[in-house]
Amino acid sequence: MQTKRAVFPNRGLPYALLAPQLIVTIVFFLWPAFQAAMFSFERTDPFGFRTTFVWFQNYERLLSDPGYLNSASQTAIFATSVTLLSMSVALLLAVSVNRLLRSSRIYTTLLVWPYAVAPVVAGVLWWFMFNPTVGILAYMLEFFGVRWNYRSNGDQAMIMVVLAASWKQISYNFLFFVAGLQSVPRSLIEAAAIDGAGPFKRFWTITFPLLSPTTFFLMIININYAMFDTFGIIDAVTSGGPNQATNILVYKVYADGVLGLNIGSSSAQSVLLMVIVMFLTFIQFRFVERRVNY
Amino acid sequence: MVRLPIVTGLAALTAILSTSVSHAQTEIDWWHSMGGELGTKLEAIVAGFNTSQTEYAVTPVYRGEYEESMVGTIAAFRANEQPVLVQVYEVGTGTMMAAQGAVYPVYELMADTGQEFDPQAFLPAVVGYYTDTEGNMLSMPFNSSTPILYYNKAAFEEAGLDPETPPKTWAEVEEFSNKILESGAAECGFSMGYAASWIGIENFSAWHNQPLGTLENGFGGLGTELTFNGEVQARFWDDLKRWSDAGIFRYAGPAGGPDSNPSFYSGTCAMVMNSSASRAGILANVEGFDVGFGMLPYYDDVEGAPQNSIIGGATIWVLQGHSDEEYEAAAAFLDYLSSPEVQADWHQSTGYLPITDAAYELSQEQDYYEQNPGADTSIKQITLNPPTENSKGLRFGNFPQIRLILDEQLEAVLAGDKTGQEALDTAVQQGNQILRDFEASNS
Amino acid sequence: MVENRPFLDFLTHVVLILGVAVVAFPVYIAFVASTHPSSTFLRGAAPLLPGNAGWEVYRNMLFEGVSTSGTPPLARMMWNSLVMAVIITVGKIVISIISAYAIVYFRFPFRALAFWMIFVTLMLPVEVRIIPTFQIAANLSLLNSYAGLTLPLIASATATFLFRQFFLTIPEELMEAARVDGAGAMKFFKDILLPLSRTNIAALSVILFIYGWVQYLWPLLVTTDPQYYTIVMGIKRLTAVADAEPQWNLVMATVILAMLPPVLVVIFMQRLFVKGLVETEK
Repeated sequence: MQTKRAVFPNRGLPYALLAPQLIVTIVFFLWPAFQAAMFSFERTDPFGFRTTFVWFQNYERLLSDPGYLNSASQTAIFATSVTLLSMSVALLLAVSVNRLLRSSRIYTTLLVWPYAVAPVVAGVLWWFMFNPTVGILAYMLEFFGVRWNYRSNGDQAMIMVVLAASWKQISYNFLFFVAGLQSVPRSLIEAAAIDGAGPFKRFWTITFPLLSPTTFFLMIININYAMFDTFGIIDAVTSGGPNQATNILVYKVYADGVLGLNIGSSSAQSVLLMVIVMFLTFIQFRFVERRVNY
Repeated sequence: MVRLPIVTGLAALTAILSTSVSHAQTEIDWWHSMGGELGTKLEAIVAGFNTSQTEYAVTPVYRGEYEESMVGTIAAFRANEQPVLVQVYEVGTGTMMAAQGAVYPVYELMADTGQEFDPQAFLPAVVGYYTDTEGNMLSMPFNSSTPILYYNKAAFEEAGLDPETPPKTWAEVEEFSNKILESGAAECGFSMGYAASWIGIENFSAWHNQPLGTLENGFGGLGTELTFNGEVQARFWDDLKRWSDAGIFRYAGPAGGPDSNPSFYSGTCAMVMNSSASRAGILANVEGFDVGFGMLPYYDDVEGAPQNSIIGGATIWVLQGHSDEEYEAAAAFLDYLSSPEVQADWHQSTGYLPITDAAYELSQEQDYYEQNPGADTSIKQITLNPPTENSKGLRFGNFPQIRLILDEQLEAVLAGDKTGQEALDTAVQQGNQILRDFEASNS
Repeated sequence: MVENRPFLDFLTHVVLILGVAVVAFPVYIAFVASTHPSSTFLRGAAPLLPGNAGWEVYRNMLFEGVSTSGTPPLARMMWNSLVMAVIITVGKIVISIISAYAIVYFRFPFRALAFWMIFVTLMLPVEVRIIPTFQIAANLSLLNSYAGLTLPLIASATATFLFRQFFLTIPEELMEAARVDGAGAMKFFKDILLPLSRTNIAALSVILFIYGWVQYLWPLLVTTDPQYYTIVMGIKRLTAVADAEPQWNLVMATVILAMLPPVLVVIFMQRLFVKGLVETEK
């Protein structure tokens, strides 16, 4: 992990600075997470009257279930698509806004504003736009000859959830890209311009590398978002269907845990999911962070 | 300053006085999941109870949708913060019943608190779902409905059909739909909510007197096994596929089928099968045509059909862990809720079924059904015949998960990946696994 | 930009307008839906232009309250959401920025462990650990309180991670210069790092405020007293009508109203996105 060369010598101060966050983390996150992990080794009824320790049974079941493996591959497709789509669109928009001086405030507000649409209604809005029977965009697609029915077509369902999940993240990524672009020194850009580099060349050789800390941050956050925070959208739009086409791992966790009240299996799934993402994150820190220019 | 002690003294006195007054009134919480206008109506009913007497006060608290409220109740129970009354959906019955240390069966509550309670006054088809094998009521039905058929009278006319005659059998549904499609009166014949679960399997089986599981559909114990992969059900799923291909049936999505009613409102589909409680919404949202009502279609070559349909909806459960006074309050409130006037009012405003004979009769006396044709289709349907073992209802643990499997399997059939029999066999196999897990967790 | 390239400017505007159209389209739909009767929305017949029921609905919601859903007054719910969002924003930023500072600018035993402990909070969504978290909140008597609403949500690594990234980009020279000047760790933090972090703090404020504002499941569980309901719970309550149809025009009107405070935050925070502030002295 990257670190600064120069540091302050204080001994006790860092602990004091870390204390608030660590305390909140331990009490409200690590401890409940540990308990949730304990659940994964148990078979329990929802109300907690009868609990049996079953070792790895929950895990064995999962790993031998073809549905689970299908879920894993759908998740890979989903997470990659959402991350790529939302980050590239956001970057394009952020760079565009950065070019302008005067109207940038308005555009920024308009582009960040949709992030405030509460997830509880985002699903309905998407339904309204895309549902095969009365959706506006469905109607337009039919006009272009596309037979739109994500209720029966798994690929279309995946496209829908990718769009819905990316949409929300575009605003998020956009905002951080704009902030990140602010810290690219104008002097460097100007120098390059004087040297005759055109705007595209300037972007790729100077801006983009300097933006890499932000890009790295967003990459991790986006993959995280796609893997962990999207079950609400899936639930609202396709409920994991049709026929498991959009049943990504975290949706399975939610469906089995909250809807099915199978605490043992759902906890085991979340532990597995956590392990997968930790592994992905580790890979990213190890191999991608090297390319990041601090 | 002299004033301060006097003020503090007065404040203290007021506090003491007010606590002593409110101490006489027992307050209990009722956690529910009724939002929107239903929630307003519910609160009006509760307010009615609170003002009708001074000993007890019920506080209704909205806890999100059924699934969220369930999680909340469980979390609260584990933290010893549970309410006295909670509204739980019908598919949570298995879970609630198995939680013997958590629930306080209604019949026991009424007996223990000396509340007058006559189980015979309740409509058997409504209450049957929530009784044990001896017929004792475990929870109190509150908002129960059953699926019926709604159809577009104008579309029927345009297709050359009699607008006052709904289709009775599935053969007629197919025939009528073909005429509708040919005449261009609508783009699709019918849509269905809960196509894989509540309507398409559970009610379908009951309506045709086919079993869903052993041990009286699970009423008899946790060792039950699923049996809904019979020929009749497989035939129905194959027909759904056939009709979907022909444009007669339009799949409206999993679970409740979010596209089903809108496709009816917009005139895209000429018929829709959905909850009787959708009535108000349907009447409010259609434009340009009259709505007709009918019972669910059946296969007339199946012996025993039509039998009676089963209910869906939610009931009120009483939870353990509270004081005697609180239970007295709960009993009094439940008694109030089942009074004919309150039930008739609730039934008429919302479209949910009345749970007592008396409420049904009261509504008849009030000429409610004359003024609102079709409002009693649901009642007639559930009381068509006395319930058999196959049509009393069902009780399977973790049933929400089994419904998810059913949704998946129907989607596989509609996609052409499986036949109805194969899909149902898979559903039974996976569902039994879930039942065995449930049994293991709860014994 | 640096030179004058009108064609590129024009293209930029086109891109941005398209971007806004795509990104804001659902919001526009919500607005249109709020100005038509609910049935039009459900039949899919809502045209793309606002109807004339518009102002009626908004006036209703604001002044008469939502009499048809039994929620507490809109103002009370907005207030709760506001308090929750502000506490989460401020709380998270404060504890995260000092944690990130500790991790980046100091060497001490267990430094990497601390970072990963914090970082791992990104990976277990609250819905999965909700039952144990609720138990802890209940044990600490945090139910039905602002503390209960906010504390469990403050523990997450996004802000720490962002600040860490940012601090790593600060040139070493700045810190050396400060040390040479005899500035201690906290002085360096206060006088140099904080001002430089302004843009990031602004961005985070927007995101965290909205995050706190749209929370649903946790507030639902942790508050049984309607006095603590948040605006999103109110919205959800309007939509959760089993077997019936929600009044979409009311719902969408509430949604639009609920979006106003976050928009104000966005506008306000943009003041801190001042170009040319950050780099020159680097």
